[in-house]
Amino acid sequence: MIVYTLKRLALALVVAVIVSLVSFMLIRVSGDPAIALAGEASSAEQIQHIREQYGFDRPLLVQYLDWSWRALQGDFGESPYFRLPVSQIMGDRIGVTMTLGGCSLAFAVLLSLPLGILAAVHPNTWVDRLALAIAVLGQAMPSFWFGLIMIIFFSVTLRWLPVSGTGSWRHFVMPTIALGYYATPAFMRLIRSGMIEVLSSDYIRTARAKGLRWPKILFKHALRNAIIPVVSLAAVQFGFMLGGSIIIESVFALHGIGYLAWESIGRSDLPVVQAIVLMLSLIYVVLTLLSDILNAVLDPRIRVK
Amino acid sequence: MRISKHLVLISALALLVSFTAYPAAAGKKDDTLNIALEKELETLDWYFNTAREGIVLSQHAYDFLIYRDPVTFEHKPLLATSWKWLSNTVLELELRQDVVFHNGAKFSADDVVYILNYASNPDSKVKYWTYVNWIKEVKKIDDYKVQIITHKPFPPAIEFLSCAMPIYPKDYYSQVGSKGFGVKPIGTGPYKVVQVEPGKKIVLEAFDKYFAGSPKGKPAIKRIVWRTISEVNTKAAELMTGGLDWCWLIPPDQAAKLAQVPNLTVVAGETMRVGFLYMDAANVSKDAFKDNPFTKIKVRQAMNYAIDAATMSKTLAGGQSKPVDSVCFPTQFGCTGDVTKYSYDPVKAKQLLTEAGYPNGFEVDFYVYRDRPYAEAIVGSLANVGIKAKLVQLQYSAMREKFQGGKVQLAFWTWGSNSINDISAIIDYWFMHTNDDIARDPKVLELLTAASSEMDVEKRKALYKEALQIIASQAYTVPLFTWVTNYCFSSELGFTPNSDETPRFFLAKWK
Repeated sequence: MIVYTLKRLALALVVAVIVSLVSFMLIRVSGDPAIALAGEASSAEQIQHIREQYGFDRPLLVQYLDWSWRALQGDFGESPYFRLPVSQIMGDRIGVTMTLGGCSLAFAVLLSLPLGILAAVHPNTWVDRLALAIAVLGQAMPSFWFGLIMIIFFSVTLRWLPVSGTGSWRHFVMPTIALGYYATPAFMRLIRSGMIEVLSSDYIRTARAKGLRWPKILFKHALRNAIIPVVSLAAVQFGFMLGGSIIIESVFALHGIGYLAWESIGRSDLPVVQAIVLMLSLIYVVLTLLSDILNAVLDPRIRVK
Repeated sequence: MRISKHLVLISALALLVSFTAYPAAAGKKDDTLNIALEKELETLDWYFNTAREGIVLSQHAYDFLIYRDPVTFEHKPLLATSWKWLSNTVLELELRQDVVFHNGAKFSADDVVYILNYASNPDSKVKYWTYVNWIKEVKKIDDYKVQIITHKPFPPAIEFLSCAMPIYPKDYYSQVGSKGFGVKPIGTGPYKVVQVEPGKKIVLEAFDKYFAGSPKGKPAIKRIVWRTISEVNTKAAELMTGGLDWCWLIPPDQAAKLAQVPNLTVVAGETMRVGFLYMDAANVSKDAFKDNPFTKIKVRQAMNYAIDAATMSKTLAGGQSKPVDSVCFPTQFGCTGDVTKYSYDPVKAKQLLTEAGYPNGFEVDFYVYRDRPYAEAIVGSLANVGIKAKLVQLQYSAMREKFQGGKVQLAFWTWGSNSINDISAIIDYWFMHTNDDIARDPKVLELLTAASSEMDVEKRKALYKEALQIIASQAYTVPLFTWVTNYCFSSELGFTPNSDETPRFFLAKWK
């Protein structure tokens, strides 16, 4: 078990380093950060000034190593755009993204549970197909489009919900649905197949033979076993949601990490982009690692492999 | 189990009640103007941001020494009551004595001397360096009189002082520094900043001690809530639901739809931004390409004849957009349309191409960083005369880097001059043999250099005119038209856009 964990951990570290290196290089290719920072009406002299000020004139490798060394010590530097510490800017905005991610995950699970159970109880009937159709619709619709449709319906027509911003819990309703709905089919299919498998197992038959009531069998005995893989999927999906909230945050003008990433790329605010990429990839790697370990704990066969 | 059932029921009820009770947001009723701007403002310290949003904010929270009338562009007293040139390099200004900062501190010569000397010192590393580097030193003569000494004669000094260089309180700024100031600024402007969430939200409140007699006047609207929303559809929805009272930069198709919404007003207001194509006449790109057709004047003239700027201005830009014959905005000092004109004539364009040795046209990469629909129209016009322009769209910084690196033969640029009403704010960047100059005409350089320190108004005008005439007769560029921005706002709001692209909410009022 320890060897397995260590192996996964080493792999996770390698992934994090590669991601940070690739993102560092890709951003440099997209244009000279000094020109972007200097703004439109800037002279060559001004651009050179900024280039020296932020050390963009040093070789790329030196810049990368310098950055990674300080990042290892927890110092992500200062954003040349905001001229504030990157950690402070991210701290200001992480709350919105985490709230959105958490709510969306909860929404996805809450929607897919009844759908998955219904589909499993009535496999290959119209109920099953309808449940699947509802779930798949979420994945088929582009989330920005779905978000805009909701704005038109709930905000412009019905005036029930505010269009954008983060002032109250109402502001999070549409973004949560837009982001969470997208993840629904994955959960729903997993719950459905898990439930079908569990429902046909011997102990369920025994429970029924003992005369237990159907809801009790379903929720107390079957669901508990079927939901284990869902937990590990949830960990991975949460990572996706943090990264995938870029579009949703910009549609609903939620100033979270995703929106910050998007804007920072446009203005070549490299320290911010690098820190976000590193943070998101680390969260993703850690969550995946946790789900791997969790699975290994739950299922000894994985460890042996 | 029972508790959770109750919880579900209560939450469902709460949800229902709160949905139906959702109030329409703000506006005239609570005297709060909700506006949305495009970009996240990095800092509220004008000297350290380069965004348009920073210019807008500086008009509200701060005052410059001189006021520029947004309609007539006339210079009027603001923090300075009068000014005169003592010599070609010494400008003396008398200051107002009845002005206080938002924190109660009294405004005096010390504040002016401090901030201008600080900003014009290269060690301060201000981002707006080109707007302050003409100042050599600022001297205090008495408590309400200062002298600005320039490095060399600097004719647009008054213009620069009227749209740049806000005055901050010396004691406060030296105590908190630019970083502290950037999130908690203090000025003398008609609005004080009461709340800042960096990049997200700024709340401004009318300053009740704003000095009487300011040409800006006392603001009529009490509060301004300024948010950052970049997504156009979101802005449109906010406008329709009353969540926003004002926004700008709405694309023409959306603007047309919003114009049909009752209670909303849409104005396509002219801006100082002009567009132009720039061709590599000086063969700066010789290392990157084998052939460069743009070194031939006939090809450059053909480009001018091939593009129908007047129709593009009318049908694509619309509103108050006007075609231009020179690369400058008509109101800018020194700008003139009295130059060689090229009317739309594709037949003549083809003929010139044949004479230049390109009877079948040629292929070229056409670099663009914004306004793709305009660029596509240009590609179509060029195709009509046989020039196959391949559109390459890049981010602004990537394109400027390639351009300066001599890897571009044909580019589509636009320039907003930072709303400075003087031709030097545009022409110096593109024709004074800078890295951005791909015409590199020695005579133009000579004329512009002479104009840059010519204090005689008429002589300076004549120098710019001659330079513009050479640029046009050599057809270094294809001047296109002036840009418009679509302002969209609540019909309850009395608001007039100005061509310097700086909305002034202290002049706005509820109807």
